[in-house]
Amino acid sequence: MSGTSSFSEAAHVALSNSQQRRNLRQATTSIRAKRDAAVGEVDQWEALREEGRRIKDRTMRHLDVHLERLEERVTAAGGHVHWARDGDEANAIVTRLVRDAGSDEVIKVKSMTTAEIGLNEALARAGIVAHETDLAELVIQLADDRPSHILVPAIHRNRAEIRTLFRRHLADTEELTDDPAALAEAARRHLRRLFLSVDVGVSGANFAIAQTGTICVVESEGNGRMCTTLPQTLITVMGIEKVLPTVADLDVMLRLLPRSSTGERMNPYTSLWTGVADDPPDGPRAFHLVLLDGGRTETLADEIGRQALHCIRCSACLNICPVYERTGGHAYGSPYPGPIGAILAPQLAGLRDHTSLPWASSLCGACYEVCPVKIDIPQVLVHLRGRVVRQAKQDGWRGRVAGERLAMETMARVFASRRRYEAAQRTARVTARAVTRDGLVRPQLPGPLGAWLSSRDLPAPAAQSFREWWRAQPDQSDPDGHGGAA
Amino acid sequence: MRIALFITCLSDTLFPDTGRATVDVLRRLGHEVVFPEAQTCCGQMHANSGYQVEAVPLARRFVRIFGDPSFDAIVTPSGSCAAMVHEQYPRLAALGDDARLADAIAELAPRVFELSQFLVDRLGVEDVGAVFPHRVTYHPTCHSLRLLKVADAPLRLLRAVRDIDLVELPAATTCCGFGGTFAIKNAETSTAMLTDKVSAVLHTGAEVCTGLDNSCLLHIGGGLSRQRSGVRAVHLAEILASGA
Ligand code: SF4
Repeated sequence: MSGTSSFSEAAHVALSNSQQRRNLRQATTSIRAKRDAAVGEVDQWEALREEGRRIKDRTMRHLDVHLERLEERVTAAGGHVHWARDGDEANAIVTRLVRDAGSDEVIKVKSMTTAEIGLNEALARAGIVAHETDLAELVIQLADDRPSHILVPAIHRNRAEIRTLFRRHLADTEELTDDPAALAEAARRHLRRLFLSVDVGVSGANFAIAQTGTICVVESEGNGRMCTTLPQTLITVMGIEKVLPTVADLDVMLRLLPRSSTGERMNPYTSLWTGVADDPPDGPRAFHLVLLDGGRTETLADEIGRQALHCIRCSACLNICPVYERTGGHAYGSPYPGPIGAILAPQLAGLRDHTSLPWASSLCGACYEVCPVKIDIPQVLVHLRGRVVRQAKQDGWRGRVAGERLAMETMARVFASRRRYEAAQRTARVTARAVTRDGLVRPQLPGPLGAWLSSRDLPAPAAQSFREWWRAQPDQSDPDGHGGAA
Repeated sequence: MRIALFITCLSDTLFPDTGRATVDVLRRLGHEVVFPEAQTCCGQMHANSGYQVEAVPLARRFVRIFGDPSFDAIVTPSGSCAAMVHEQYPRLAALGDDARLADAIAELAPRVFELSQFLVDRLGVEDVGAVFPHRVTYHPTCHSLRLLKVADAPLRLLRAVRDIDLVELPAATTCCGFGGTFAIKNAETSTAMLTDKVSAVLHTGAEVCTGLDNSCLLHIGGGLSRQRSGVRAVHLAEILASGA
């Protein structure tokens, strides 16, 4: 996805999807209310958020140290650590590990990181089948669709669609109804067969603790825990930013995350494991941790942009975002949608690939208000807009940006001088006369004004500006020293 | 108090009544109001659209014009432009690597107020003697709500207005979809947001939707007008100045 119009083009399609609009409105409204209630119960919520922000900030300052410690501890606990510069390297490592384990199938815990690097597709090219075991991810996979929400990937689909999918793809589902319990039962039967037969599990990680070498996965269904405990081999793919220095830090995060994401006091399943358990032998016999950079080191170098790496993927910012609520996740063209996607995707994949995303926001600030680790998303959005514009300047202003740049530079000149500013006010007033009826600008104009006028009236400039009125008053002299043309 | 009015380019050009109303209210409370005529635009559009470099000289200009030590306060009928000075100017100074500008902003910013905050929090006034016999609903504009944190200052002022029928706006804190150039670059998404805001306003049965920012009111009012709803968007200052 590239070019400044791409989010708006994708949104154009999404906005007319009435089923999705309704699903999103209902789902985000109810989850917002749950979150508000869950957060409202915590006396010191703001202090807790500040604590979360501080932990992330501190961790990022010495990320290299914490990662080395993590590697050392995981290795000491019998695990193997692999470093991947980018998604391709990570995919190649996982493919090799699956083959080495003698398998051509894996069962997967819901994971954003493996979606980011396109692991399932890479495995498929190597002849390895990846089975998603999170209910919603399973639905997405069966539908050959893309997730549209971090936490509720199938938020854009409804029960009837899911029943149709299950009847087409899962065994013994001829009589299946769209009753949620029946749908869950059908999925359960399908998944149980996989849990008991597939020998390699693949997961992401919500957190990893450097102090102990412990990996943490947080989930609702328990299917993730099946994947991390039943197979002989477990492979965890994790972005390097997910490391936490200590167990005490995890305590803070586990208080912030469930309330922010599902509006629960605590999520139903929190799995923690450290390397492999030998005595007595329990769980996987081999554990591999793949540490992915994938643009994170570069993101870290941007002092303002690096906040995006603090994200704990709770999705509160999606649920509160008025843009996301209307466009849904696909419009963002990235596995990371919503406000966090708008600041993370362009940084991880490169600004040139997602030039429109930093503008996919009205800067209303609702995301910042709910973010459990206080990422100032509007600040990062504005900062990234500046980077896109400065990059366009370096690239010689190709494409649509050129017209905008001319307008912006002209206006900067106008605002730099009282004389030019007042002349521009008069010109606007005179020009507007030609296109005005009854004080409103006629709704048929091209360009940026036309985009405004597509749904909104626009009053003509006032017959007398404020400053003209001011000057016309007796005794309204300008305060000393400021009257002259500047 | 000697108060300098920071009118904003938008209100100067499109909504002079808001400026007059602000002057009226402040004078009625016994203050001296001056209008530094060299003022133009605070640079918010540039800063928010990726043209921060171009906004730096506008920040310098603002500080030069409003930095006059004879001004006890700088008051603006815009939450968004006040927030620009408080939130973004320090960042622009950092971007421009201008320590002097940073110092000047730190000195000036505590004296820059959005109108309702100035009246309620700084002056401790809630009743400004206004009479407004209409049904009114209040939309908290995003920047006044979340950047400036004006909280209930505007509602306190509105509750003290005589004969007003103040009704609560459903989903009040949801953005109206303006967002500066967002309204143009993502016109359709912006419109989808506006549609919901307009229907919330209509749901209240109000004649007037008010707020602290003429930019957002231009947007909401533009939608109300396009739909020939018969409902007006009116800046808070104009309600406070009315009928006395
Ligand atoms: S940016 Fe903040 S609110 Fe959004 S998903 Fe990440 S942690 Fe949650």
